[in-house]
Amino acid sequence: MSTDTGTRVEHVAARLRTELGDDAVITDRARLRTYECDGLAHYKVTPAVVVLPRTTGQVADVVRACVEHGVPFVARGSGTGLSGGALPHAQGVLLVLSQMRDVIAVDPDDQRAVVQPGVINLQVSRSAAPMGYYYAPDPSSQQICSMGGNVAENSGGAHCLKYGFTTNHVTGLELVVPDGSVVRLGGRAPDPPGYDLMGAFVGSEGTLGVTTEITVRLTRAPEAVRTLLAAFPSTDEAGGAVSAVIGAGVVPAAIEMMDALAIEAAEAAVHCHYPEGAGAVLVVELDGPAAEVEAQFVEVERHCRDNRAFEIRIAADEAERALFWKGRKSAFAAVGRISPDYIVQDGVIPRTALPEVLRRIAELSRGSGVRVANVFHAGDGNLHPLVLFDDGVPGEAEHAVQVSAAILDLCIEHGGSITGEHGVGMDKAKHLPRMYTDDDLDTMQMLRCAFDPAHLSNPGKVFPTPRLCGEIPGRHKGPHPLQTAGLAEVF
Amino acid sequence: MVRGAKDDVSGVRPRLVASPASTEEVAEVLRVAKERHLAVVACGAGTALGWGAPPERADLLLDTRRIAGVVEHAAGDLVVTVRAGTPVGELQAAVAEAGQQLALDAPYPEATVGGTLAVSTSGPRRLLYGTARDLLIGVTFVRADGVVAKAGGKVVKNVAGYDFGKLLIGSFGTLGVITEAVFRLHPLPAARRVVSATFPQASTAGRAALAVLGSQVVPTAVELAGPADEVRVTVLVEGVEAGVSGRTDAVVRLLGRGATIHDELPAGFTALPFTPGGTGIKVTASLTGVGPVLAAAHSLGAQHGVDVDVRGSAAGVLHAGTGPAADPAAVARLVDRLRAAAALFGGSVTVLTAPADVRDVVDLWGPVPGLDLMRRLKAELDPDRRLSPGRFVGGI
Repeated sequence: MSTDTGTRVEHVAARLRTELGDDAVITDRARLRTYECDGLAHYKVTPAVVVLPRTTGQVADVVRACVEHGVPFVARGSGTGLSGGALPHAQGVLLVLSQMRDVIAVDPDDQRAVVQPGVINLQVSRSAAPMGYYYAPDPSSQQICSMGGNVAENSGGAHCLKYGFTTNHVTGLELVVPDGSVVRLGGRAPDPPGYDLMGAFVGSEGTLGVTTEITVRLTRAPEAVRTLLAAFPSTDEAGGAVSAVIGAGVVPAAIEMMDALAIEAAEAAVHCHYPEGAGAVLVVELDGPAAEVEAQFVEVERHCRDNRAFEIRIAADEAERALFWKGRKSAFAAVGRISPDYIVQDGVIPRTALPEVLRRIAELSRGSGVRVANVFHAGDGNLHPLVLFDDGVPGEAEHAVQVSAAILDLCIEHGGSITGEHGVGMDKAKHLPRMYTDDDLDTMQMLRCAFDPAHLSNPGKVFPTPRLCGEIPGRHKGPHPLQTAGLAEVF
Repeated sequence: MVRGAKDDVSGVRPRLVASPASTEEVAEVLRVAKERHLAVVACGAGTALGWGAPPERADLLLDTRRIAGVVEHAAGDLVVTVRAGTPVGELQAAVAEAGQQLALDAPYPEATVGGTLAVSTSGPRRLLYGTARDLLIGVTFVRADGVVAKAGGKVVKNVAGYDFGKLLIGSFGTLGVITEAVFRLHPLPAARRVVSATFPQASTAGRAALAVLGSQVVPTAVELAGPADEVRVTVLVEGVEAGVSGRTDAVVRLLGRGATIHDELPAGFTALPFTPGGTGIKVTASLTGVGPVLAAAHSLGAQHGVDVDVRGSAAGVLHAGTGPAADPAAVARLVDRLRAAAALFGGSVTVLTAPADVRDVVDLWGPVPGLDLMRRLKAELDPDRRLSPGRFVGGI
């Protein structure tokens, strides 16, 4: 670090010690290392300073200190993100929001909860459960991930097929903008006047500021939940069943698919006892009014059988339902049982392209000798291929990275997305130009310039090339207006 | 409607009218407008052309209706790509052939997709499905400098890049001209039933609506409407036949004796209570605020001698209309007081449309948190202030 930047960070650290107290500011090298990565552990950067604010005012103090000294800052919740979005900046401040963990209000009549950013996702549902409500977005990490992180990443989850993502459930935000000012957007009522800045902030991956209070919609706990596990000879038949269910106008709460390799891993790890010999399993869950669920459940079963399901199990009770889900939810960690190392990919394709893309992934795997376990949210085409490798074998990691990138190519080729829920972060910034043109990215960054003209809030994430704010974009070429016949007609 | 020099935008008359037929032509028009320093007002069918404040300038009216048609309906993916000038009613008819719907009520079916997004209208079904912000998954638009940009895509699940579509929704054409939209669709329900009941007070009607929201019925819509002493609560239940009948009975039990069951939606179910030349107001509140704010609208109307027609969703959005003959000063006082009443429940009051004499004396938008950031955003996208200047919050 250059002396100049080093001095600036030291100034910030000293000022924050005065403003927030010694125990809220960490500069000890060993302790800083705790925060060197998020859920994507192969990126590691030790931050210059870690700050643990307890109030909105303190977050604003930190941001103001950073802005005044030109020091970058990165906000972090529980650090469960899978795209390196909370990766620290070596010359910057890491704002760890885990001390701000109060559930401020749970109001069933208004169907809203107000929480601080460090509150754990599952805690919101637990707080609302006694009143018969829950918080719908349920990322797999919901037992540890923070609400502030959910807002930054626009987190999804298995049940977002029916209920939507974080963005559909946030109705109000308090923000510390990257000039240090505090702004409240929305609240308990819908449709606040003006531009939907709140909508743009959700999913902005920490690049537009820091959220310090979140108002979310609570959802009435459903009257009935029915879950089935269906085993198929291969992913083709399972994919056919998914299309048939959706085509019949059924909107399940979740449809999850696992292929043979993913099942093998789950069995090894959590002994979920899925049907033997399955080339693919589907976990399908319906929820809602009881009679509605019963009628549609029969239909789902029929579509599974019509698509050659050779075994269908229906969860008899909550314990069996939990077992079905245990296999699915443990899948990422479970592949650790069958492979020393793995890459979790996150891509999206139109659901109807599923059979084609799965075949192509299988071809990629055969051609390269790299094993790929497929686990995914089949209902919305969100793939989570797990690319397996052994870092101890020279060359395997490179091959795995190539296969993983080729899977993203497939997603883009089929009109999909390079990320459905894990975010762009540090990991995929280089891929973003494959989905969007320079003009698209330039336009998006106009929003960034409005919020953070100095690029101090989580710099280097999401966008591969920062836009110089205040820059006048190059003149765009095109035929001279007077020469175009179309225009003459227009005017 | 034939566009011509007679068209005006809240009394401001554009000299020029352009009717481009594609995104590229819109870009061309906007590049020319930039070179010639022309202020541009985009419009679709014109159903909300009189909404918002009058633009400070309007040299060129950009009519989007020739940019029409469904580009792709991927029925198996429940996704549709449509050009912005397409009437919403036409889009609904097209996707209905596959048993699907864009789950967004358009108060004016002739309104275009682009216009509907630009002013973000919604209706009763917002209770279950949300609004345009919950349904738009991709957007193509043209910036003030003629640059074409897109955000999102054509898959429902996508967190790559900023969700710029959210910013365009409800931006009144001040950030760019929308030329194409991608929506997620929903299956058309197989069965539906409507239950309604009247209550002698808004407060009891509000409580009845809350009881339905807190039940296991999962209604598609819960609407409140009618005069102060006869507030009607209408509940729409949709789903499969086997489920709908039981849920309907549950609603009848919740609304109490006197509740009646119907197969068809009441006339004007998705209409706004606005009259031509009158004032049209949007009022929001928390769920528990809907009854009290409805009561406040009634009593304030009576108090200020203004005849107010109020109706809306138990989801927290009401619309109120007054006639063209209403006394402007009285309407302004009504808006002020209603704003205070809504604020108690975290809500806001926006005057969407009003005759000139009312506009002159009323604050159309009320307090706008985050206005400074909004101004900065506008300055980035449209530094010369040429897209509908002055039409939106804070004179943006």
